Amino acid sequence: MPANELTMPLLITGGRVIDPASGFDATADVLIAEGLITTVGPRIAGETQDHDLRVISADGLVVCPGFIDVHTHLREPGFEYKETIATGATAAARGGFTTLCAMPNTDPPIDNAAMVDFVHRRADAAPVRVHAIGCVTRGRAGHQLADMEELVSAGCVAFSDDGDPVFDAALMRLALTYSRDLGVPISNHCQDHSLCPGGVMAEGWVSSRLGLAGIPAVAEEAMVARDIALAELTGGRLHLAHLSSAGSVSLVREAKARGVKLTAEVCPHHLMLTDAWALGGKGDPSATGSRAYDTTTKVYPPLRTDGDVMACLVGLADGTIDCVATDHAPHERASKECTYNDAAFGISVLETALGTLLEPVHAGAIDLPTMVERLTVGPTRVLGGAFAPFATLAAGSPADVVLFDPDAAWTVDVNKFASLGRNTPLDGVELRGRVAATVVGGRVVFEEPTLISAGGEQ
Amino acid sequence: MASATTARSDALAPASGEKPLRRHVLDLDDFTSGEIVAVLNNADAMLEVLNRDIKKVPTLRGRVIVTLFYEASTRTRISFEEAGKILSADVINMSATASSVEKGESLLNTGLTLQAMGVDTIVVRHPHSGAPHFLARNLPKVSVINAGDGTHAHPTQALLDLYTARRHIGELSGCKVVIVGDVLHSRVARSAVWGFARMGASVVLSGPPTLMPEPFSATGWADDANPIGNVGPLAAVRVQPDLDQAIEGADLVMALRLQLERQQLGFFPSIREYIRRWQVNESRMARANPGALLMHPGPMNEGIEVGTALAHGERSLIEEQVTNGVAIRMALLYQLAGASATAVN
Repeated sequence: MPANELTMPLLITGGRVIDPASGFDATADVLIAEGLITTVGPRIAGETQDHDLRVISADGLVVCPGFIDVHTHLREPGFEYKETIATGATAAARGGFTTLCAMPNTDPPIDNAAMVDFVHRRADAAPVRVHAIGCVTRGRAGHQLADMEELVSAGCVAFSDDGDPVFDAALMRLALTYSRDLGVPISNHCQDHSLCPGGVMAEGWVSSRLGLAGIPAVAEEAMVARDIALAELTGGRLHLAHLSSAGSVSLVREAKARGVKLTAEVCPHHLMLTDAWALGGKGDPSATGSRAYDTTTKVYPPLRTDGDVMACLVGLADGTIDCVATDHAPHERASKECTYNDAAFGISVLETALGTLLEPVHAGAIDLPTMVERLTVGPTRVLGGAFAPFATLAAGSPADVVLFDPDAAWTVDVNKFASLGRNTPLDGVELRGRVAATVVGGRVVFEEPTLISAGGEQ
Repeated sequence: MASATTARSDALAPASGEKPLRRHVLDLDDFTSGEIVAVLNNADAMLEVLNRDIKKVPTLRGRVIVTLFYEASTRTRISFEEAGKILSADVINMSATASSVEKGESLLNTGLTLQAMGVDTIVVRHPHSGAPHFLARNLPKVSVINAGDGTHAHPTQALLDLYTARRHIGELSGCKVVIVGDVLHSRVARSAVWGFARMGASVVLSGPPTLMPEPFSATGWADDANPIGNVGPLAAVRVQPDLDQAIEGADLVMALRLQLERQQLGFFPSIREYIRRWQVNESRMARANPGALLMHPGPMNEGIEVGTALAHGERSLIEEQVTNGVAIRMALLYQLAGASATAVN
C-alpha cells in the first residue's frame, strides 16, 4: 500500500464496535487520524472540532479490525491471467481484508530474496497490505531447503510449499528444526498423495455416483498426524493450512490439549459447502442432469460432508482452529471450462468470504465476536506478535478497519468481482452479510455507497 | 422367454404429437421406469427392422450424427454408426487421434465446432467422467448421448442389458441380478445398477473388496443389519464380496471386464486368485437359479472373468447383447430426434 499518504481524519460513528483483542463489544465511535486509531469511545462525535474530518455513519454496521488472511494466492508472477497482486488486493479490500499473505506457488516461485522484493514492489501500489510467504524448499520442488534465513530477512512472514505438501517426512523434520529460531511458521498443505492418486473430489457417495476418483479424508489426516508428531519432536513452528475433515480437527484438538505448539486454519468454503455441490444443484443431493460436474466445486482440500463442515465449525468456535484463511485461488475461465478431471483446483474466495462466514453466525453455530476474532486476532497467533497491532482498534494502532452490515442480503455475481478469478460455486447464491467499507492505514480503500450513510464533512 | 412385440413399420415415423422424451442421454439416474420401458418397447420395433433383409428406414433422413470418440471402441461406435445408418441419418465418425484434438483443441471448442456445422446429435465417449454433461450444458442446439464417460456411466449399454434381460426373463421386478468384478471403476456397472434397480430388480455387487464402490447415495447400500437401509431406486442394492454366496438364487449374472492393469496397481493379489474367487463359470452358475443367464459387456478376457464353456454355452447372452445394442441405439436416436423435432415446432 502507498506509504505516508496524507489522509483526512475519519470518524466512524454509531457502529457496533467489536475489538476482540480487548474484548470490547459495544456501540461506539472510532476516530482515525494520521493513519492510526486515535480513540474509540461513545459519542466522540460531539467532541471533535476538526473541520477537515470525514464522518461515516455506521448505524447498523459492525466496525472491527480489518481481516488478516494468512493464505492467499495472488498468482503474480507467472500467472497474471489468473490474478495479479493489484487485482487480488482490490478483491481483498472489497472483502474486508486489510492484510494478505501471498503464497509462493508462482512462476518462478518465491524462494529467494529477489523474488520477495518483487512481491513487495508490486504490493507498494496495492490497496491493502501484502506480505510474501517464502517456499520451504528450493524451487518448491520438495528436495532441499530454501535459503530460509535470507527469505525471513527479506520480509517473508511464513514458509509454505502450498499447492503441494512437504511430502518427505525427513525434510519436513529438517525444515521445522532449521527454522525454529527464525520466528516464522511453516504452513503445510497436508495431502498424502499416495492415498489419493488421481483424486479430484472428496471420496464418498457423490464421488462414487459421479465416477470421479476420490480423495479420502485420511489423505489429509495422515499428514496432519505426521506433522503434529514432527512438531512435538522438533519444537518447530507448525501451521496447518486449510483443515477440512472432522478427523483433522480431532487430531489438532488432542495435540493442543497435550501442549503441542501449533496453529491451524480453516477456509470459508469448508464451513458451508459439501461434496453434494458437485452435483450442480447448489448442494441439493438429489440433483441430476447436465449441471453435474460443476468444476467450480473442485478444490483442495475437497468439499466434504455435513459432518466435516460441522466439526470444522465446532473446532473454529472452540479455538482448536485458530483462524479463518481464504485459500483464495483464482483461475482463468479455461481452467474451469473443461471436464472435472481437467479442471484446476481452487475457488475465488476473497469477495464471498464474509457472506459465507456469517451463514453459521446467523444459524447460531458460532457467535459474531468469535468469528471476528478468528479473522483478526486469530491470524496473529499464526504470524506472530509483530502482527498484533494490525488486529486491534487500540489507540495508536494502525487504522486497519472494516465496516460490514451483517444482515445485508446480496446475490453473488461473479461478473462484478474485482478478482480476475470468477471461479466460485456461490455465483448466483444469496448470502447475508456484506462489507460496507474497508480502511487501511486510515485510508478508505473500498466503500459500498448503498451501505454507508455518509455523514458528510463536518 | 417373452416374445418381442411385433411393431408396424409406420410406428417409426416421428409422431408430431408425441411428448418429447428428453434432449440428452447422459446417465440412467434420471430415467423413470416408464421412460426405460418406452425405450425398450421402441427397441422391439427396431429389432424387427434390424431383422429385415433390407435394413433401411427413412426415419432420420437429413439428420447428422457425429460419433466423437476419445477412447478406442469397436462395438459401441460401430453399433451407433449402424443404428444411425439403418435409420438413414448421416453418420460421421470422428476419433480424437486423427483430428484437431491432436493439435490441442479443447473439448469445448471441438463441441462448438460440431454444433456450428449443424450436427444434430453427438455421441461421445471420453476417458473423463462427466464429459457428456459438459458438452450438453455448453451446446444448446445439440443432443448429447453418452457412449461411456470415464468411470461414470454407460447408459446405452445398461439399456441394452435391460432389454436383453427383459426378452428372456420378462418382468424384471423381483428378479435377482448379480454384477461381478471391478464395480469401482466400471461405468457399465454404474449404469446397470441404476437401470436394474429402477426396474425393481434386486442387485448384488460382488468382487474384490478393494474394487467395490461407495454407495451412490447418502443413505448407503442395504446390508444385513439394515436390509432396507437405502431409499429410492437403490433400496435393494447390496454388496456381497463372496461370489459363491452372492450368486445363490440369481436369475442373471453380469461379469464385468477385468482391466488387467488393476492387478499391477495392487487392487488384488493375482489373476490366479481373482479367477479362484470371482470367475463366473459353470460350477458357480450351478448355485444360481435354474436357467440363470450370463451377460458380459465385452470385450471379454475369456478364461479370466468368465469360464470359456459358460461364455459360449446356452446360458450366455453375450452375442445377443451386441445385436440388441443396435436396436436400443436405434430406439434412442429415434426418440431423441422426435424430441428435437418437437422442440423446433
